[in-house]
Amino acid sequence: MALKVGDFKTDVHNDWCPGCGDFGIVNAIQMALTEMEIPRHQTAIFSGIGCSGKTSHFINVFGVHTLHGRVLTFAQGAKIANPNLEIIAVGGDGDGLGIGAGHFVAAGRRNVDMTYIIFDNAVYGLTKGQASPTLKLGEKTKSLPTPNTNYNVNPIGLAIASGFTFVARGYSYDIRQLKDLIIAAVKHKGLAFLDVLQPCPTYNDINTRDWFGGEDRIDEDTKKPMPRIYKLEDTDYDPVVHFSDETELNQKKTQALVKSMEWDSKIPTGIFYKNELITPYTRRLTDKIPNYVENPSALQKISKNNAPITNISQILDMYKV
Amino acid sequence: MTVDFTWMIGGPQGSGVETAANIFSQVYSKMGYQIFGKREYYSNIKGEHSYFAVRISDEKINSSIKGTNMLIAFDAETIFRHADDVLENGIIIYDSTLENMKVSDVITFEHDFKQRLQSLLDSKNKSDTVSGILELASENGVSVHSVSFRSLLTELSENLENPRIKNMTRMFNVLGVSLSLGMLQIPSEKLTESINSIFSKKKSIAELNVSTANFAYNFASAKFENSQFNFPSKPISEETMLVQGHYGTSIGKIISGCRFQSYYPITPATDESDFLERNEILQINEDRPGSTLVVQTEDEISAIGMAIGSSLTGTRSSTCTSGPGFSLMAESLSWAGINEIPLVITLYQRSGPSTGLPTRHGQDDMLFAVNAGHGEFPRIVYASGNVSDSFYDTARVFNYADVYQVPVIHLLDKFIASSVSTCKKFDESKITINRGKLLDEIKSENYNRFEHTSDGISPRSKLGLENGIFWNTGDESDIHGHITEDPVVRVQMMDKRQSRLDHILENIPEDEQIIKHSDGEICIVSWGSAQGPIIDAIKMLQNDGIKIGFIEIKLLNPFPKNLLKKYLSDVKTIIDVEANYTGQLGSLIRQNLEMDPDYYILKFTGRPMTCTELHESIKKVVNNDAEKREVLTYGA
Repeated sequence: MALKVGDFKTDVHNDWCPGCGDFGIVNAIQMALTEMEIPRHQTAIFSGIGCSGKTSHFINVFGVHTLHGRVLTFAQGAKIANPNLEIIAVGGDGDGLGIGAGHFVAAGRRNVDMTYIIFDNAVYGLTKGQASPTLKLGEKTKSLPTPNTNYNVNPIGLAIASGFTFVARGYSYDIRQLKDLIIAAVKHKGLAFLDVLQPCPTYNDINTRDWFGGEDRIDEDTKKPMPRIYKLEDTDYDPVVHFSDETELNQKKTQALVKSMEWDSKIPTGIFYKNELITPYTRRLTDKIPNYVENPSALQKISKNNAPITNISQILDMYKV
Repeated sequence: MTVDFTWMIGGPQGSGVETAANIFSQVYSKMGYQIFGKREYYSNIKGEHSYFAVRISDEKINSSIKGTNMLIAFDAETIFRHADDVLENGIIIYDSTLENMKVSDVITFEHDFKQRLQSLLDSKNKSDTVSGILELASENGVSVHSVSFRSLLTELSENLENPRIKNMTRMFNVLGVSLSLGMLQIPSEKLTESINSIFSKKKSIAELNVSTANFAYNFASAKFENSQFNFPSKPISEETMLVQGHYGTSIGKIISGCRFQSYYPITPATDESDFLERNEILQINEDRPGSTLVVQTEDEISAIGMAIGSSLTGTRSSTCTSGPGFSLMAESLSWAGINEIPLVITLYQRSGPSTGLPTRHGQDDMLFAVNAGHGEFPRIVYASGNVSDSFYDTARVFNYADVYQVPVIHLLDKFIASSVSTCKKFDESKITINRGKLLDEIKSENYNRFEHTSDGISPRSKLGLENGIFWNTGDESDIHGHITEDPVVRVQMMDKRQSRLDHILENIPEDEQIIKHSDGEICIVSWGSAQGPIIDAIKMLQNDGIKIGFIEIKLLNPFPKNLLKKYLSDVKTIIDVEANYTGQLGSLIRQNLEMDPDYYILKFTGRPMTCTELHESIKKVVNNDAEKREVLTYGA
C-alpha cells in the first residue's frame, strides 16, 4: 500500500515560531520521502541542535537528535555501518558551519552516500538571535547589540571546496522546488549538500520572506515586486560534471563558486554542482573489502549460541612462540 | 626462580632499537623462557633517546626490575644514561668509537639531566666523557667490552663483497643484539629463526640481517669469554605467545564481534586501530568473510560520534583513544549515556595533564573516566591489569555494553601498550557473546525504545529494523524517545537509567568485579597495570618470608563497595598502589567505604613501577618505617 504524506508525520507538537521557514523544509522532506516510496524503517533522519534539531521528532522514520555540531559524525557512522539505510542529516547553519565546520569539511572528503540539509537563516534562533556563520559582516539583526564583526561563510563554496559531490540551494517558501531538490540529493550517488534559505521571522529582520521576495523593490513598470530569488534551472546553467577531465571539472567547480557569490540583488537556487564521477565512500570500501555492501558491519553474524564465530587461529598462530 | 636476567639496548629513535629488542625477545621465548619487555621513548620521530629493557626468567614475570644485567650501546647517550644502572657483575658492550665523546657532545640531553650527570661524574672524580662513566661502571663491578661497530661493518662488507654495507650504520642495532647473543652463547639457529620471522615479508632484508647477525654472533662468541649468563634452552611447556601490549584488546575486539572502530591518531592508543585495519577482513566459521570497518576520523569528537551512529545500527562498535582524545569525547559520552547506547571506549591512559608526558606511563584518568560527561548517567569503567587479561576483558566489556545498554570505558595504559611479554595463548573457548536485549525482529506495531521494564533495560531495536522505529535525543525523553520536560517523566527516566548501576553490581559475577590475588593482614589494593609489579613484588616478599595480600579492583564504576568491604574485613593495613599523584583509587575508597588506606605507594615519573622499588617500599611498610605517602622515582 502506497504511503501518504500523513504517514510521515508524527503527533509530536511542533513548537517552532509561527511563520518559521523550518515548516516548509519539514513538509518538503515528508513529501520527498512519500514520493520516493522508501520504506519508513529504512530511513533515518539525523539532526543537530537548535530549532532545526527538532526536525527528526516531527518525521515518522527513525529519528536521531544528536549534539550541537556533531550530526554528520553520527550520521556517517550509521551509514558506513549499514549502507542499506537512507540517511538524511539536518541542522542549522551555526551547527554545521560554526561548531561543526571541521566535520563539514571532513565529510566532504569522504563522500559518504547521504544527504545533508542546512537550515540557513543567519542567526542562532533558539539562543535568541546571535549572529551565525552565514550572517554578513556589518549586518545587525534584531537582537544583536552591535553589528556583526565577522565575515560570512559561503556554504556552497565551502561544500565544493571540501569535496561534496552534489551542492544545491533551496528556499523554504518554494516547497515544490525544495522537494525536488531533496529527491535529487537523496538519489545522488555520494554526499549531497543542500543549503536551504529559511527566514527566521523572530530574529532575522533583514533576510525576511519579504526581502527574498523583493517586496522592498517594486518594478516601476509592472508595479510588482522583483524577487531576489531565481532558479538556476530557469537559466542555461549546467551544474553536471559530464566526464572525467580536469578542464571540465575545473570549469564546473569555478562556475559554481562564481554563482555562489551572487547575493543581494540576485540569489540563485537549484543545483550548483553535481559530480558522480568521484567515487562514493562505499566504493572506496568495496575496493578493499569486496563483500562490504552485501555483508556490512550491521548485518554480520558474530556469534552462534553465545559463542564467537570469528576464526582468529591464523592471527594467534602468527604470535605463537 | 633460577634465571632472572635483564638486557637493555638503547639508541636514537629510528635506529632500530625496537627491532633489536624484538629479536632478543623472540630468541629467548623460542628457548623456552618467559619474557617481560618494556619500551621507553620520547615524543619524537628521529633522534631522541629510546631504550628497550627485556627481562627473561624461567618463571612467569610481570614487570621490570631496577637496573639491568647487560647493556648494549651504539651511541653515547645510551652509555651516559644507563651505564650507572648496570648491576654488579653486569656487562656493557659498546661501540669503541664513542669513548672520547663528552657530555656536551650529546645535543639531545635536557639541560637538567646534563647537570645531574655532570655532578655525578664530578663527585666521583671522573672525566665528563663516555670513558669516564664507563670507569664508574667498572668500579661498580661491571665488565665493559668495547667493539668497533665500524670495523665489523667493514669486515662484513669485504666478506660479502658488498661495498654498500660498509656505511650501513642502520645495521648497528642488529650488530648490537647479535654481539650480545654471541656472548650469551645462545643456539645460533634461534637467532636466524627470529630474524627470518621478524622480516618474513621482506626476504632480501631478512637475508642481509641474517648475514650481519651471524657475523656479529660469531665474532662475539670467538672473542668474548663465556659470561655467567649462559642459559640453556628449555622445552616450551605450554602454548605460549609473545605479545605486544595492544594485542589483547585488538584481538579481543575481533573475536568479540566488534565490527566498527573509529579513531583519531594518538599515542599510545593508535596501534590497536592500526592492527584492526591490517586485519580488516575476517574469517568467519561456516560463513562468508566478515570485516571490521576502521575509520580514521577528523578528531576524537567525530570518532565517538561515528561509533555511536554505528552502534545504533546494531553493530558492536568502539573507539580507542588516550587522555586528550577522551576529554574531547566527554559531551558525546553523556549523549550515549542518556540514550542508553552500548559503546566501548578503549582508553589507553598516559601521563597528563594536558599533553603531559605524551609517550610515558600514568594511571591518571581513572577518576576522569568515572566522572566524564555532564549530567548524571550510568556508565561502566573497567580496568585490565595486563595484556592477557585485556583480551578476555575486551569480550566482557562488549557484553556489559550490550546487556546493560551503557557506554563502557575500558582502561588500559602506556605501560601495557609498550610492553612485550610472553603469555599463555589466548583461549577462544573462554569467550562468550551476549547481546542482551538487542532485537532481530519486531512483530508488534507498538514498539517503544525506552519502555519501562522491571530491570530498567528496554528491548533494543536498531536502525533499519521493521516495526522498530525509535527516536533518540540528547534531551530528556519519553518512552518513544521524544523530547519531554515533564517532571514526572523526568523522575521515571532518571530512575530507569540510574537503577542500572545497582543492577550491574548485582549481576556482574564477583570475580569479574574484584580479583583477590592473595590474602594477608597487610593488603595492597590496586587497579590496572600496577598489577604486574605488585604480583612480582609480593613474590619477592614471599621469599623474604613476608605474606602480603593483594586485591585488584577491575570494576571501578559502579564501585563494588560491599564486595570490597567484605574482602577487607580481616585486613589490618591497607596499601594503595597506583601510578598517579593523588591516589585516585584511594579517593574512591574514601568516598565509598568511608575509610582511608593506611599507606599510598605512588609513582608519577611517567615510568612504570619496577617490582624492585615496590618490594623496597612494601618492606618499609612491613617494618613500620614507611611514610603515609611513599613516592617511587626510579627509571630513565
